Amino acid sequence: MIHSDLVVIGGGPAGMAAAIEAKKNGLNDIIILERDHELGGILQQCIHNGFGLHIFGEELTGPEYAGRFIKEVEDLGIAYRLDTMVLDISSDRVVTAVNHDDGLMKIKAGAVVLAMGCRERTRGALNIPGSRPAGIYTAGSAQRLVNMEGFMPGKEVVILGSGDIGLIMARRLTLEGVKVKMVCELLPYSGGLTRNIVQCLEDFGIPLKLSHTITQVHGKERVVGVTVSEVDDNRRPIPGTDEYVPCDTLLLSVGLIPENELSKSSGIKLDRVTGGPVVNEGMETSTDGVFACGNAVQVHDLVDYVTQESRVAGKSAAQYVLGGDEADTECINTVPGDGVRYVVPQKIRRGRGAKLFFRVTNVYPNVTVVIKHGDKVVYSAKKLKVAPGEMESVELGADKLAGEGGQLNVSLDFGSAKK
Amino acid sequence: METVRKVICTTCPRGCHIDVTMDGSEVKSITGFTCKRGEAYARAECTHPVRTLTTTMKISGAALPRIPVKSKTPVPKEKLFDLMKVVNVVTVKAPVKVGDVLLPNACGTGVDIVASRNMPVVTK
Repeated sequence: MIHSDLVVIGGGPAGMAAAIEAKKNGLNDIIILERDHELGGILQQCIHNGFGLHIFGEELTGPEYAGRFIKEVEDLGIAYRLDTMVLDISSDRVVTAVNHDDGLMKIKAGAVVLAMGCRERTRGALNIPGSRPAGIYTAGSAQRLVNMEGFMPGKEVVILGSGDIGLIMARRLTLEGVKVKMVCELLPYSGGLTRNIVQCLEDFGIPLKLSHTITQVHGKERVVGVTVSEVDDNRRPIPGTDEYVPCDTLLLSVGLIPENELSKSSGIKLDRVTGGPVVNEGMETSTDGVFACGNAVQVHDLVDYVTQESRVAGKSAAQYVLGGDEADTECINTVPGDGVRYVVPQKIRRGRGAKLFFRVTNVYPNVTVVIKHGDKVVYSAKKLKVAPGEMESVELGADKLAGEGGQLNVSLDFGSAKK
Repeated sequence: METVRKVICTTCPRGCHIDVTMDGSEVKSITGFTCKRGEAYARAECTHPVRTLTTTMKISGAALPRIPVKSKTPVPKEKLFDLMKVVNVVTVKAPVKVGDVLLPNACGTGVDIVASRNMPVVTK
């Protein structure tokens, strides 16, 4: 059995930032295990710009952002294995992995960082009725095919889902000469950034149909069209609003789910709402010495936040291995209150501060974010607008959280406005 | 004849709704912005809108057949499809380093198309 101080699972922005930070905090024996043929993760297919405004003060493309970290991994001499799949993590941190050159490996890890990213929801998850022809892709799969493998998925496309991936692909395909007929969005608002609505849809005259969904797929061997229907306040199709739209391709941009098959099989406690592991302010999971960061914990909007979160995980992992980290201490539990869907981290150890990340349940204008420790208000700030598609973050120093355990409630105060 | 164009500023997350009153192609007045950058953005959007082009180019001799590229600085929005035509006929050869100029002064815009990543030679 091989030994390694730190095994990082996933060589994308999360895994790389964690490994780099662990190295800078005194760990030398680190290995990154990556399933793709290169480091960089999902950023390698995100060829658009807008990354790095916080971390680098520049607007970079995905590959450029990844490139900065790949360079630092190389410069620091951090070991990594590519085309390597992790199959299992035992509760005593034995990592089983396999690749073509090394065969089957078992690595006993001083600490593990889970940085596997997330996966896309598929048509099966949505149960869209109709035949099952070729030509239905998740937007991310199509993005990989177009931007890296050099394949065009189709010529006349309908996109379901107005999150950023759907919007970005609407623009990408249009620039490559594809006719994007429309973007349908189930909810009455788009989950994507306003900037993307403007630069991906309005710029090209692509219609955005809010409160609409796909109710049937048509075609035998290949998609020939879809039926688009308007939905009511309960998201049920309204009879008589059906519209047949001819197309040869359907792209689905309908949600991301943290990748946690490994976490589940190793007994790590998951949060039902985020889909990722329950973590404390040091990004440690319910299993000793196993940390997690990035989209595997919660789906992020900004890679800059992923980097920040992952540095915390890397530093904590280093401190855990090198000793000197406190054993189980009492924790404050964070609780999502009114208007808040979830809060990460779910636990804050006594005597520590934390950077909280949370998402709201709906689009709300003019609200106040209120954080209470027991009865005491420890944070309060007015926001012009909050939306589910825009993750919020609040940094709380240890001094704000003094006192025994209890609960930290994060909620929205709607004042006199209706909820 | 005066028309009012509605612009949502994308410079910062505030997303101010800005009204630009135009007389033909001349800007008469701008209202609704809360900072200088917003005013400048709205003015540019109505007179000379620009966008950063991000796309891919064919590459030979690398691990993958496409390399991501971008316009070094924003280009006139109306030139995007002309630029795409020109970018898509080029095949570059590995090795390429991030920042390498792959198509200088594309379509006479004065803007270079540069590589967004390293792509070393890979012999298959």
